[in-house]
Amino acid sequence: MASPDDLKFQEFEEATDLLLADPGASTLSMSGSSSMALAGATGDIKLDMSDDEGQEESSELLRGEKQTSGFWTFEYYQSFFNVDTMQVLDRVKGSVMHLPGRNFIKHTLQSSPDLYGPFWICVTLVFSLAISGNLSTFLNSLGSPHYHYRPQFHRVTIAAVVIFLYAWLVPLGVWGFLTWRQREERQQSGYSFLETVCVYGYSLFIYIPTSVLWILPFEWLRWLLILVAMVISGSVLVLTFWPVVRDDTKVTAFATVATIVVLHALLSIGCKMYFFQTATHTPVPTLAPNHTAAVLTNKTH
Amino acid sequence: MVEVEETSKFMFAGLSDVSISGDIAVEGEINVPVGTPSQDKKYSTLDEPVKDTILRDLKAVGKKFVHVMYPKKSSALLRDWDLWGPLLLCVTLALMLQGGSVDSKEDRGPQFAEVFVIIWFGSVIITLNSKLLGGTISFFQSLCVLGYCIMPLTVAMVVCRLVLLGGSWGFSFIVRLIVVTASFSWSTFASTAFLADCQPPNRKALVVYPVFLFYFVIGWMILTFSPSA
Repeated sequence: MASPDDLKFQEFEEATDLLLADPGASTLSMSGSSSMALAGATGDIKLDMSDDEGQEESSELLRGEKQTSGFWTFEYYQSFFNVDTMQVLDRVKGSVMHLPGRNFIKHTLQSSPDLYGPFWICVTLVFSLAISGNLSTFLNSLGSPHYHYRPQFHRVTIAAVVIFLYAWLVPLGVWGFLTWRQREERQQSGYSFLETVCVYGYSLFIYIPTSVLWILPFEWLRWLLILVAMVISGSVLVLTFWPVVRDDTKVTAFATVATIVVLHALLSIGCKMYFFQTATHTPVPTLAPNHTAAVLTNKTH
Repeated sequence: MVEVEETSKFMFAGLSDVSISGDIAVEGEINVPVGTPSQDKKYSTLDEPVKDTILRDLKAVGKKFVHVMYPKKSSALLRDWDLWGPLLLCVTLALMLQGGSVDSKEDRGPQFAEVFVIIWFGSVIITLNSKLLGGTISFFQSLCVLGYCIMPLTVAMVVCRLVLLGGSWGFSFIVRLIVVTASFSWSTFASTAFLADCQPPNRKALVVYPVFLFYFVIGWMILTFSPSA
């Protein structure tokens, strides 16, 4: 019986011999040393099959390794959408009901970020904010006479700009800052830009049901919902970024974490104040004379 | 003479293992520039009257509308895609969503450009999403399917405008709500009947959800349309 080491060594030799004999052969191996051969073979496969089916096969091969194609190819972006339904649902659940002490990136993402979740969560959030805000304005003004329903479509544009700026610029800033500090202090590796975007995207998920519940016209309920949502999504962010920042100086560490939390709070409070204005604060220039007339008639009763 | 033979041998090298003897008429998609006029007459559309050309396209569009109304798993929508139908539907819908209430400049409903951008940009993003997730459908086929499946919502818009002639609130609102909800579910169901087959099975929900969101937003724009006082 040959020892396992002998068998392994023989296989590697055979593989390299075969590859030398026919460089165009397609190989599939999980070891890192033959990734160069795999890249060459994948390139050949791409040349041979130039129609749509070729993309699928090359993405299958790339699934086990890091992407080797440039950012101008379609496969590069396909590697960011390499998730199944169950995986997305697990990640969403992980962002909402996570255990304390669990790092979102390490445990739930398992260091394979995707762009599907953040993008579609942001889009859903934009529309849920605009629609819920419109509904709440309508319900607020239901009692007053001469009320004309207004679709307020411009809110969609504003919501889209705000949410997408937050979901892309803030991770860029956080990642840039953390990478700069890490390079200065020479610590262990931080997170890649995509992982940061992914964490921020999934942490925004809790605001979707929150925005729907904000329709109910009770001020105390709205502030309570803000608090709950802030605690949940803020803790995801804090638990993710604390291990990276903790080795830095105390001041920097606390300042970074505090900035992250404050920005998150500003987003939620700003959305609530703009989209869900209470009846007394709604600026209604054209209806103002009627409104005051209605208030006066109410007071005289 | 020899050069011509050699170049023609190079051009038709792939056909060299097909043995054809004699002068057999070849049918199919091969567009050979040299050929007897009698063979090409069937496929040449240059000499037909303009009415035939227009009617042929209109019939193709009409056939696809019928396929959307009764969505079966036929591949006619996918095979002969065209974008005339989606353009027609999009322009009709955007025009009908005009003339909304203009109380103040910022509280109006969606303008023509906004509806147009939402429909086309939304379709492009959903198509890209489906392709990035590993779908086998081509770009324009997917645009075609998504555009044609807006038809139930356009019908709902026409019905809503008619119902709005009789007042905005109460009974008319309930009727509009039911009509828009029914047509939005019809649209989603019809487009997933065509699109869902082109996806790997464990990612179907990931592709269906954006389609649902897309038609939901269009349905919302239709439902909240209020005519000027």
